[in-house]
Amino acid sequence: MLPDLDQLKATYLSQIAEADGLDGLDAIRVDALGKKGNISTAMKNLGQLDGDARREAGQALNALKNEIASAIEAKKDDLARIALDARLAAEQVDVTLSPRPEAEGRIHPLSRTLEEVTAIFAEMGFTVAEGPDIESDFYNFTALNIPPEHPARQEHDTFYLPPDEDGKRKVLRTHTSPVQIRTMEKIEPPIRIIAPGRTYRSDHDATHSPMFHQCEGLVIGKDIHMGHLKGCLIDFCRAFFGVDDLPVRFRPSYFPFTEPSAEVDIGCSREGGGLKIGAGDDWLEILGSGMVNPKVLENCGIDPNEYQGFAFGMGLERIAMLKYGIPDLRPFYDSDLRWMRHYGFMPFDPPSIHLGLGA
Amino acid sequence: MKFTWSWLNDHLDTDADMATILDALPMLGLEVEDVVDKSESLKPFTIAKITAASKHPNADSLQVCTVDTGDGTIEVVCGAPNARAGLVGVFAPVGAYVPGIDLTLTEAEIRGVTSNGMMCSEREMMLSDEHDGIIELDDDAPLGAGFAAYAGLDDPMIEIAITPNRADCLGVRGIARDLAAAGLGTLKPLKDVSVPSEGESPIKWKIDLDDANQHLAPLVAGRCFSGVANGASPKWMQQRLEAVGQRPISALVDITNYIMLDLGRPLHAYDADKINGGELIIRLAKDGEEFTALNEKTYTLDATMLTIGDADGADDLAGIMGGERTGVSDETTTMFLEIAVFDPINVATTGRKLNLNSDARYRFERGLDVTSPDGAMDYVSAMVLEICGGKASEIHRVGQGADWERDIAFRPSRTAELTAVEIDPAEQAKTLEILGFTITQNSADDWTVAPPPWRGDIVGAADLVEEITRIHGFDAIPEVPLPRLAVVSAPAVDAAQKRPHTIRRLLASRGMMEAVTFSFLDAKTAKRFGGGDASLTLVNAISADLDTMRPTIMPNLLAALMRNTARGESDAAVFEVGPIFPGDGAEDQRTSATGLRHGMTADREWTGTARLVDWADARGDAMAVLAALGVNTASLQTVAEAPEWYHPGQSGALCQGRNVLAHFGAIHPAVLAEFDLKGPAAGFEIILENVNLPKNKGPARPLAELSPYQQVSRDFAFMLKRDVTAEKLLRAIKGAGKPLVSDAVVFDVYQGKGIADDEKSVAVGVTLSPTKATLTEDEIEKTSQAIIDAVAKHCGGTLRG
Repeated sequence: MLPDLDQLKATYLSQIAEADGLDGLDAIRVDALGKKGNISTAMKNLGQLDGDARREAGQALNALKNEIASAIEAKKDDLARIALDARLAAEQVDVTLSPRPEAEGRIHPLSRTLEEVTAIFAEMGFTVAEGPDIESDFYNFTALNIPPEHPARQEHDTFYLPPDEDGKRKVLRTHTSPVQIRTMEKIEPPIRIIAPGRTYRSDHDATHSPMFHQCEGLVIGKDIHMGHLKGCLIDFCRAFFGVDDLPVRFRPSYFPFTEPSAEVDIGCSREGGGLKIGAGDDWLEILGSGMVNPKVLENCGIDPNEYQGFAFGMGLERIAMLKYGIPDLRPFYDSDLRWMRHYGFMPFDPPSIHLGLGA
Repeated sequence: MKFTWSWLNDHLDTDADMATILDALPMLGLEVEDVVDKSESLKPFTIAKITAASKHPNADSLQVCTVDTGDGTIEVVCGAPNARAGLVGVFAPVGAYVPGIDLTLTEAEIRGVTSNGMMCSEREMMLSDEHDGIIELDDDAPLGAGFAAYAGLDDPMIEIAITPNRADCLGVRGIARDLAAAGLGTLKPLKDVSVPSEGESPIKWKIDLDDANQHLAPLVAGRCFSGVANGASPKWMQQRLEAVGQRPISALVDITNYIMLDLGRPLHAYDADKINGGELIIRLAKDGEEFTALNEKTYTLDATMLTIGDADGADDLAGIMGGERTGVSDETTTMFLEIAVFDPINVATTGRKLNLNSDARYRFERGLDVTSPDGAMDYVSAMVLEICGGKASEIHRVGQGADWERDIAFRPSRTAELTAVEIDPAEQAKTLEILGFTITQNSADDWTVAPPPWRGDIVGAADLVEEITRIHGFDAIPEVPLPRLAVVSAPAVDAAQKRPHTIRRLLASRGMMEAVTFSFLDAKTAKRFGGGDASLTLVNAISADLDTMRPTIMPNLLAALMRNTARGESDAAVFEVGPIFPGDGAEDQRTSATGLRHGMTADREWTGTARLVDWADARGDAMAVLAALGVNTASLQTVAEAPEWYHPGQSGALCQGRNVLAHFGAIHPAVLAEFDLKGPAAGFEIILENVNLPKNKGPARPLAELSPYQQVSRDFAFMLKRDVTAEKLLRAIKGAGKPLVSDAVVFDVYQGKGIADDEKSVAVGVTLSPTKATLTEDEIEKTSQAIIDAVAKHCGGTLRG
């Protein structure tokens, strides 16, 4: 005898709908579809029927079995979703809280500036040369055509170290220019180098530090002339400050190791109290330059009748201050964390020609 | 170098206005530093007369003055004690800006009386500090006229910076000559004067120098002036001297100062009556000889210093400063004038040794017109006679003169070769001639150029190119880009030069701030940190705090942390990559990468991540740097040795064999105390030169060997003596497990309760990575046993039960 399938269906669907947990739902499944469940039992009993009746009842039972099974599955998904929702609600946090701390490191503006300068001059075919901070009098002065008692020496405010056994006293280099000499002694022209580094003068006030940084440049070849000096330094200034039409002015000046010599000014304006680099009504002196004095070439064993070239030098602090709007010199060396956080640079964005120089 | 506009016009005949000249000067190499035009600031101030003065009705100290401004009569309230009827002074009307009190005058009621302006003191016009009363002018001063013009204050002052090569521009005439060459007028000829001379000079020169030192005084000329009156110099001269910051003293002194500024030619005036013995002797000083200069200071001389003196001894340092004893005074009636040439190097050396600066020294050491004793004598003499009266003697002149004449071979085509500016040879010649050069044109492109005696700086063709190009204008130099060496530029730095950049980025990305600190520190700290050798101590440091080259960067970073702690930021991580100075030789300098962490790793916050820094942070920083430099850090050996500024039990060195690559560790508590640092600090130091550059094997990497077989982890816990290091244990494990063991890490160390005092329990995780086939239990078991045996053999350890 088959049970009343419609009633069975109604009973189970109603029980499934009312089930409030996975356990209850499983009990319903066992009661309906388990080995000894009502529907399973009915299916076992199909054998008692004959022919068409058996086929019809079998189909109906199968349909009922599938319907109840899928109702249970659907209810299961519902219950899982509800349980998850409840868990998620319980797990809610205050997402405005701070993340785990990560210390923030910064690159010093001087290192950054040096990298920018190097990137630009690399593009123009320069390589980097180096020399020692403690220099001989010869390299710092004499070889650069600054003999003893030359008035230009008095302007250098030189730091001296004690004399050695031969009575020769070393100096802290007052400029990066001795690297010109060391380079010309070491390599044959053509030469195209920059030489950045620490320099020292015994001067300490708001605008002078006893230690500061310069970057020297030297270009020697058979046909390098002052037009190249001008072109090279204008190209540099415009790239460094990121101002395509930056006015650059060359003014006659004097350095014992160059002849002719020129100071280089860039245009600026001071309207509204702030300094702006670019076309304006005023000028800022930013570097010294000139054609290498034939005597200096001779001092390095280079024939001035065959080779000529130009040299230049600039203060890295000065160009960093101008470009990045850093008002004071002294904090450069003070390691004040607040200053470093403010004026320092992210390590992940190094300057380069293809990604930009930060201008 | 300061001069005035009218003074310049004495030498330069020009139609150019001042603005044009001011624009031209810097482009000639004469940098304008300052321009002071008092005629602008003094414009509202006029001459006025107090015609009546009565006591203010409501204030005892004030007077109500009736003032005739030349344009009418007004009432002014005045508090000056010297305000009185009949006084002629300076009046500022309502609307005038009075700089000394920083106030624009308005019609003001002062204690009930309206004041329509003010009568001014010198201080109120910022002419001097004088403020005892209002200015009193001569009774015949023109009422209503501008005060600036009346007082000769309407001559603008121009100050320019003179480069050391341009001694000729330390006189107004030299500046005028440059402007004339640039086409801004013509140089007026010096007034041609001939001075009648009467009789021999009663004072004679005597050069008392041996042959080797004759060059110290190549030419001296002198002339005696008798019957002179040394009163005040003329007003025009006083006004010019005052305008350039020189205090008028007396006519004779003022004349010497004036000529020094006018022609760049220092002079000295002796009172001939004070010279004992009729001779001025030029000689080297005796060691220890004393001399009191005009600045009232006494100097002790040595035998290298050139002096001028008489029978009573030296009383002049040649070319630097005259002496008090024989100088002129108001009573002087006979003056002996010195115009001399001295060796610039001797002047410079003497001045430097004595730390004695003077306007004369400044000019002598840069090089004078060496013919000026002849050229300037009559020009000066005429001025003395005109101003002081009297009679001039014959000139007494001794010396052969300096050897100054020289010929420079010059090709005018050289100008374009060096500067890329094509300048017509005729223009080149004209420029040089106006500047005083003499040209002999041997052929079109072969000239012989002789510089004038005032241009000692010109020695070669390059100097002539500079003169020609400078006067033509540097703006004419074309901009020519440097020829490209390659389409794609090569790197600017080599492998060694790249390393500081790499390290900076690495350490900054690890949360450290880059510092740049001074290369010098105090000697005591330098000694504390392994340096301080006398050869590295500056002779002339700016302060004792900065007198010794640093042996290491560490103390500078400690000091940086100390400063930050004082500002309330005690948790910090800083680093510096820079030079250190183990010795004073050119080859001794090293580049150090030094880092230091202090206090907590982070600020306090809700996750509680922050902890105190320790030696392991420093070891991690050091190993990261070494790894970035291409060092195989897995093969490094660690020894527990470090300099004395580290904690002896929490520091070490990372080595490749005997080569120490890095020191790291906690900073010694005593050092922390010396730097006022509370809380722990840990740092590292790497000398980059000690780290070999990796062999350049080209850009291609060796093939990656990625095994398809699953790797397996096994954990072990060993009981070990406490002095067995982790490095030793792991080395034994890795050695025993070859080639299967790909990694071994210590993940727990326990010592304390339940374990003998001299023992510890160390847990190690070992990774086995098969490359040929999947590992079998048997293989794992065999390897495990080999590990246990090796730890027993090499480390005396047992597997913990």
